[in-house]
Amino acid sequence: MSGVFSSVLMLLGAAFMLVAAIGVFRMPDLLTRMHASTKAGALGGGLLLLAVAVHFGELGITSRAVAGVAFVILTAPVAAHMIGRAAYLTGVPLWEGTIVDELRERYSTRSRTPNPGTTQD
Amino acid sequence: MILERLTAVFVPTHLALAMLIIALFLAFARLLRGPTLPDRVVALDLVSTLAVGMMAAYAVMTNQPVFLDVAILLALIAFLGTVAFALYVGKGRIP
Repeated sequence: MSGVFSSVLMLLGAAFMLVAAIGVFRMPDLLTRMHASTKAGALGGGLLLLAVAVHFGELGITSRAVAGVAFVILTAPVAAHMIGRAAYLTGVPLWEGTIVDELRERYSTRSRTPNPGTTQD
Repeated sequence: MILERLTAVFVPTHLALAMLIIALFLAFARLLRGPTLPDRVVALDLVSTLAVGMMAAYAVMTNQPVFLDVAILLALIAFLGTVAFALYVGKGRIP
C-alpha cells in the first residue's frame, strides 16, 4: 500500500518538475518563466521528498524529508523574489503582451529607489 | 516479492528519472539560450531543483536513505547560490 502511495507521489512530483521545465523553456519573458519554475518546481521537489519519506517509513528519514520539504517551500519564494526584484530593477524587458505593470510608476528604474511621493506600503 | 519490488520501485523510479532527465534537457536549453542573465539564473535554479528531485528518486531506486541527506544539502547550497547570483545581478545593468 505504501509502495503504491510512494509511486504516485514520485510520478506526480516528476510530472510537476517536467511541467516547470517546459514552462521555463516555452514562456515568453523572465517573470512568466519564474512563475513556472518557482511554483511547479518547488511543488515537484517537495512531492519527491515526500515520496522518499513514504517509501522508507522510518522516523529519522521521515523527519529529515519533512525538514527538506519545509526548507524547499520556505526558500523558493525568497530566491524568486530576489531574482525578480534584481531583474526588474536592472531593466529586463517584459513580454510585449504585458497589460499591468504596477511597479512602473512607483519605482524609478534608473536610481533603483522609490519615486518621491509614492509610499512604500 | 520480486514482482512487488519491480512494480513498486523499479518502474516508477525509472519513469520519474526519465521525466526529470527530459526536464533537465529543457532547463539546460534555456540556460544556453538566455537571452538575459536573470533568465540563466532562473534556469540554473531549476537545474539545481531538478538535481534535488533526482537525488530523491535515486534514494528510492537504490534503497539508500543516505541520498536524502545529499538532496537536502544540495537544496541548501542551491538556495545560497541563487541568492548570491541575485545580488550579483542587482549590482549591474543588463547589457
